[in-house]
Amino acid sequence: MSRGPVFSGAIPKRPGVSWKTWGSGLLLLAVLVWSYSGTEANFRDLIGEEGRSQMWKFVSGLWPPETSLKFLGGAAWAAVQTLAISIMGTVLAVIIAFVLMAFASENLMVRGVLFERAGAGTPAGRLRYASYWAARTAMAVLRSVPEIVLAIIFIFAVGLGPFAGVLALGLHTGGVLGKLYAEVLENVDPRPIEALQATGAGRFSIFLYGLLPQAFPQLLAYTLYRWEVNIRTATILGIIGGGGIGLKLHIAISLFLQNQLLVLIAVIFVLVTAVDFLSSYLRRRLT
Amino acid sequence: MAEVRPGALLFGEGRGRFLSFLGEMFPPDLSAEFLGFTLRPALETIQISVLGTALAVVIGFPLAIFAASNLSFTGVLHDREVEGRPAHKALRLIPYLAARLVLNVLRAVPEFVWALIFVRAVGLGPFPGVLAIGVAYGGILGKVFAEIFEGVNPRPAEALQATGASRFSTFLYGFLPEALPNLASYALYRWECAIRAAAILGFVGAGGIGQQIEISMRMFNQHETLTFILILLVMVTGVDRLCAFVRRRVL
Repeated sequence: MSRGPVFSGAIPKRPGVSWKTWGSGLLLLAVLVWSYSGTEANFRDLIGEEGRSQMWKFVSGLWPPETSLKFLGGAAWAAVQTLAISIMGTVLAVIIAFVLMAFASENLMVRGVLFERAGAGTPAGRLRYASYWAARTAMAVLRSVPEIVLAIIFIFAVGLGPFAGVLALGLHTGGVLGKLYAEVLENVDPRPIEALQATGAGRFSIFLYGLLPQAFPQLLAYTLYRWEVNIRTATILGIIGGGGIGLKLHIAISLFLQNQLLVLIAVIFVLVTAVDFLSSYLRRRLT
Repeated sequence: MAEVRPGALLFGEGRGRFLSFLGEMFPPDLSAEFLGFTLRPALETIQISVLGTALAVVIGFPLAIFAASNLSFTGVLHDREVEGRPAHKALRLIPYLAARLVLNVLRAVPEFVWALIFVRAVGLGPFPGVLAIGVAYGGILGKVFAEIFEGVNPRPAEALQATGASRFSTFLYGFLPEALPNLASYALYRWECAIRAAAILGFVGAGGIGQQIEISMRMFNQHETLTFILILLVMVTGVDRLCAFVRRRVL
């Protein structure tokens, strides 16, 4: 049979829908019903008299947009601040990730060509293994605490303002980038490493000349990609007190200054699009 | 610009406050009574993310059909009818451009802002969170779904058309089967993101675990805060694992 189709004389039956498909379909439906009942979802409320009038009031308040020079200047300044937060946050993240990645990449610390001679049983090997796990755990913890929780903690520590946002972005993104960086290092071509090892190079030299040059374009690409994510997050962090354009947005919404909202959303749109554009341009040029 | 002052964190008052804050968090509040209380907001966050993603698919899928160029104005579905008739082509461009515009607007407004808007419209609670995720992710899903449709191999569709199949049948049997695994996989990925978003949206009053974290923090009840953060951690990791499993086994 495995040699190819043999006509057996009967037309094969059309495969029916398997019980697995039915089962997962039913399960999905059940989860949806459960979620619908649990979230007090009420679409009738939304499009009913009350919801409609509320939303209409909101939308009609958007026009005309506030265009006083003072407000526009403030919005532009806030946008630049958000941009600065995202850049500084990414820089901090790169520093953290750079330190962590060397410890968290398997081929440098745990197994691979570097270890065929010096096995895992030696004290130095155990130490490397321990630092590998420590770095992996640190990154997992950093990654799993949302930026917004970190931001609240740092607002307690350093007060309201953009610096809290920078720290929150930096720590969370540091965990994310550390993981991505380590994966890049693990996937490099091992042959240059072997060659360097054969010359008797130390582990640090191997890292510097064997791993980094190969990994660099990828590291850069990931960093730029996270910067795109961070400019969005920096906006959100502003809302809870991290300064920048998010703060302006929060003020406008809480004080019912709907006419500012349109301008602020447009500014955010321009900011995010500009960063996306710049990042993809840099990625094309540099990698 | 960003007022970076490492000193404020590493020395003096800032360090004291930071450390005392962290110190206050330990140990997490793990009493049975409190854990029982946390169950509901945790489940609520999951429910928000599930329903929000479902709503996003409902919003994104139809928009994607109009926003995919090979479904709305070019390719096998249209070439015969629009060739040499620019007016027809232009007419079919209108829904395409409209869908693209709507998707762009939905995506341009951050989900946070959508949440604030919907909290105003339908009141505090999980429902505005569902709407915010549904609308914001609807924009993202619509764009990505459209790109998936545009990447579909056109030859099965051409074969179907040659048999005289209607436009709807061509879509149903020529485009959809190839796109479906990718659509489902991307929707699943978005659900992973949605669970984080659902937790965060709680901070502006959209229910779930985020709202509880906010309340605990404002009450300076840091033991509870840590418990909630740990639960969030477990939830996010669990969902990541679950999605990885589903992707490997089912899709």
